[in-house]
Amino acid sequence: MVNEFAFWVIAVITVIPALSLLFARKAVHVAMSIVLVMVGLAAAYIVLAAPFLGVVQIVVYTGAVMMLFLFVLMLVGVDRREDLRETLAGQRWIAVLAAAGVGILLISVIANVSLTLAEPQTGEPDAIAGLLFGPYVLVIEALGALLITAAVGALVLTHVPRLTPKHTQREIAESRVRVGANPVNRPMPGVYARHNALDIPALDPEGNPIDESISRVLEVRHQTIDGVEYRASLPEGERE
Amino acid sequence: MLSVTWLVIAVPLASAFLLLLAGKRSNAWGHWLGVLASGSTFVVGLGAFIEMLGLDAEERATSVHLFSWIPGDALNLDAGLLVDPLSLTFVLLVSFVGTLIHVYSVAYMEHDANRRIFFAYLNLFVASMLLLVLADSYLLLFVGWEGVGLASYLLIGFWNHKREYATAANKAFFVNRIGDIGLILAMGLMFTYLGGVDFETVFAAAPEASVGVLTAIGLTLLLAACGKSAQFPLQSWLGDAMAGPTPVSALIHAATMVTAGVYLIVRSAPIFDGAPDARVVVAIVGAITLLLGALIGMAKDDLKKALAASTMSQIGYMMLAAGLGPVGYAFAIFHLVTHGFFKAGMFLGAGSVMHGMRDQVDMRRFGALRTSMVVTWATFGLGWLAILGIPPFSGYFSKDKIIEAAFVGEGWHPWVFGSAALVGAGLTAFYMSRLFFMTFHGKARWTDDQHPHESPKLMTIPMMILAVGSAFLGLILATGDRFVTWLEPVTGHAEEHEPVIAVPVLIAATLVLVALGLLAAWRKYGTADVPTEPPAASLATIAARNDMFQDSVNRAVFERPGTHLTRTLVYADTAIVDGAVNGEAASIAKTGEVVRRLQTGQVRSYAALMLVGLATIVIIAVVGGN
Amino acid sequence: MNPIAFVYLAAVLFAIGSAAVLLRRNAIIAFMGVELMLNAANLALVAFSRIHGEIDGQVMAFFVMVVAAAEVVVGLAIIIAVFRARQTISLDEPAELKG
Repeated sequence: MVNEFAFWVIAVITVIPALSLLFARKAVHVAMSIVLVMVGLAAAYIVLAAPFLGVVQIVVYTGAVMMLFLFVLMLVGVDRREDLRETLAGQRWIAVLAAAGVGILLISVIANVSLTLAEPQTGEPDAIAGLLFGPYVLVIEALGALLITAAVGALVLTHVPRLTPKHTQREIAESRVRVGANPVNRPMPGVYARHNALDIPALDPEGNPIDESISRVLEVRHQTIDGVEYRASLPEGERE
Repeated sequence: MLSVTWLVIAVPLASAFLLLLAGKRSNAWGHWLGVLASGSTFVVGLGAFIEMLGLDAEERATSVHLFSWIPGDALNLDAGLLVDPLSLTFVLLVSFVGTLIHVYSVAYMEHDANRRIFFAYLNLFVASMLLLVLADSYLLLFVGWEGVGLASYLLIGFWNHKREYATAANKAFFVNRIGDIGLILAMGLMFTYLGGVDFETVFAAAPEASVGVLTAIGLTLLLAACGKSAQFPLQSWLGDAMAGPTPVSALIHAATMVTAGVYLIVRSAPIFDGAPDARVVVAIVGAITLLLGALIGMAKDDLKKALAASTMSQIGYMMLAAGLGPVGYAFAIFHLVTHGFFKAGMFLGAGSVMHGMRDQVDMRRFGALRTSMVVTWATFGLGWLAILGIPPFSGYFSKDKIIEAAFVGEGWHPWVFGSAALVGAGLTAFYMSRLFFMTFHGKARWTDDQHPHESPKLMTIPMMILAVGSAFLGLILATGDRFVTWLEPVTGHAEEHEPVIAVPVLIAATLVLVALGLLAAWRKYGTADVPTEPPAASLATIAARNDMFQDSVNRAVFERPGTHLTRTLVYADTAIVDGAVNGEAASIAKTGEVVRRLQTGQVRSYAALMLVGLATIVIIAVVGGN
Repeated sequence: MNPIAFVYLAAVLFAIGSAAVLLRRNAIIAFMGVELMLNAANLALVAFSRIHGEIDGQVMAFFVMVVAAAEVVVGLAIIIAVFRARQTISLDEPAELKG
């Protein structure tokens, strides 16, 4: 027997967030909802006398898998809003009918079986370990090989070979001299100024702003400040 | 020497390949290498002959196992040589005559830029011919058979820059193919009904086989023999084959290759023993060819073509003898050997005449060459006397025996075959005398630029040796029935049969007919003037001049229906077979065009289909489980 | 309450997951649908383990998690590779299989 209250709580915190898979527009929202589903499932495992599995569920799914999803989402663009309109003719109806059909089918099958409830056996870590490294040791070995392969596979798939040789610092300096450009780095913004913000040009020793010290992007956006107000203000009399 | 008999095939074959591969750098010595290779085969053959003479008659068949050729379940065939008196006779004939002709060719082909290649082909021919006669199975014989066909094709078309020569080579090749089909069919029949294609198996199984099977094998073998030996109805290629250089005509198309058919028939004696009907057909073919060749020879003005017709006729004699059964086998081979000498000698003489007459072959342009070409005249004359069958020259002993044998038997056979042989002897006397007198006697009818002269020693010495053979070989071999006894282990002992006409009467009749033919020729061509243009003649002469219209007949009977049949088949192939295949392909393509649209390329559609499939499987599992 | 209720819950989650795979064009969201389906199967395994009083079902669920982890790594790597090549992760874009 399981706690009926616990079941309904779990049912609510799994099914409702899961529906975001179908209706949410932003992938990040979906991912966060699924994290909640995973936590709910971990709770369900604990209720079902599988505490070890519940902890593993949180570590593996909420901790690793879903975080991996979030990283990938960041890589491919987080703020992408998705258009939920269907592009394939008839796909929506087929999908809804098929999914609902499978669900109803499974439920009707489950409803037709009668099972006698046995005494619960709690899945403690030592009990699980006894099985894993006893009868199932070969499977564990195979899974180890699978994990290694998957790691190598992911590396191979995401590896981008460098097509051009890497430039050393010396080469960069030499090429600068060759084209007659300034051989040293541009001054950092804010140097000698009385402010260290990125949008304020550096000042030369005479107190005049050096425009090229500021990122060109900021100039294009007109987000710079001329920095006059921050130039060194010596007493009038001491100036030439 | 018996155990190294394979050398007689290997040496000339190696020499041929060496000459073909070595290229121009062997131009200087290539012809002498060819002569050496050919001569060495004669030395080995002679050694084997001497060794065999020391053996008892029963032990004279030696098998030389070479290698396992076709290791198989049903067909397990070893390549091996069968050295017995019959094959050794051929080895000696081919290598001896062949070597003389090699020597002759050194001088005859002196001014030809491709003399080296010519000798390579000659060596190839010698190797193939020796393989043919030494093979211990029909399949290995077939390899040699095709080899001589190839060599013959290459040599007929040796001067293939002339279109008609190349055509002649093709013609010889095609007609020979028809004969080859006969040999292939015969081998198929042997394999099916007699259980193998090697001589041992076939001859052991032949006595138990049914007459029908043996007759079928015999007739297909006869077809093969007809193709190779230019027998009726496959005789048409031999005349055109004279396009090749004259030594080729002497070696291949007179002395050796064309006798391969006779060899095949005699070698297959155990098969023909069980098929008397096939044997009669062989004799009939021989008789027809002997008369046909004689008639053509009477009308031809081309020296070489007249000799070719004579060859046809003489091989007809051999075929006739081979078709008479054991009583004639030995004489067929005997005549083959003597014919090999005198006909080769005469062809070489013809080559010598052409050599001295700027390649003129029209006999109406010869005459009175006796004085300017004494050696040629003398050697040719001995060959002429031999082929006429005048005692004591070679032809008398061999041909007269065939005529006698032809008169042996019961019913209509002796009368028909005997008369044909007898009449043929008279005709032979006429046309050969005509040829001899037109060339060497009478008045000179040369064109202005011709200055006949004797040929160099390299050419005349082989001619002299062959002339000596033509003169005395028959006497030597016939004395005490030496040759017949020598061949007895192969051909079997022939019972003494009395001809239907007494032997002295037959000899007298033959000699009278020969004398009549000779006299008629002397009166018409020896003493009277011979016009330089062929005179208007009767229909029969015109027919003979045109080879009895053999090409027209072939064209009407085989070529035209064949062309129409081919066209019909091509049409049927395009319309029906191609139509069905293409239609099927087109319908499949159309189906694909329609079904293609199901492949949307949309991953989500595929996923939806997978889910529907999953649901279906679950339903089936649940419903089926209940 | 009978633990079979969790099996019903698993069926519902499975249906939602499959619908997400079929409906969403965003590859990452569809992939999350796949993950949800896997977890639904895991929930069913654990529930049956509880019903039968055997922990073999939990071991199976554990194996499924490991395999799923490997699958996620490779799957996301593929999505990144596709994104690099096409600048999109829409499932409707790659249509090379169109007949």
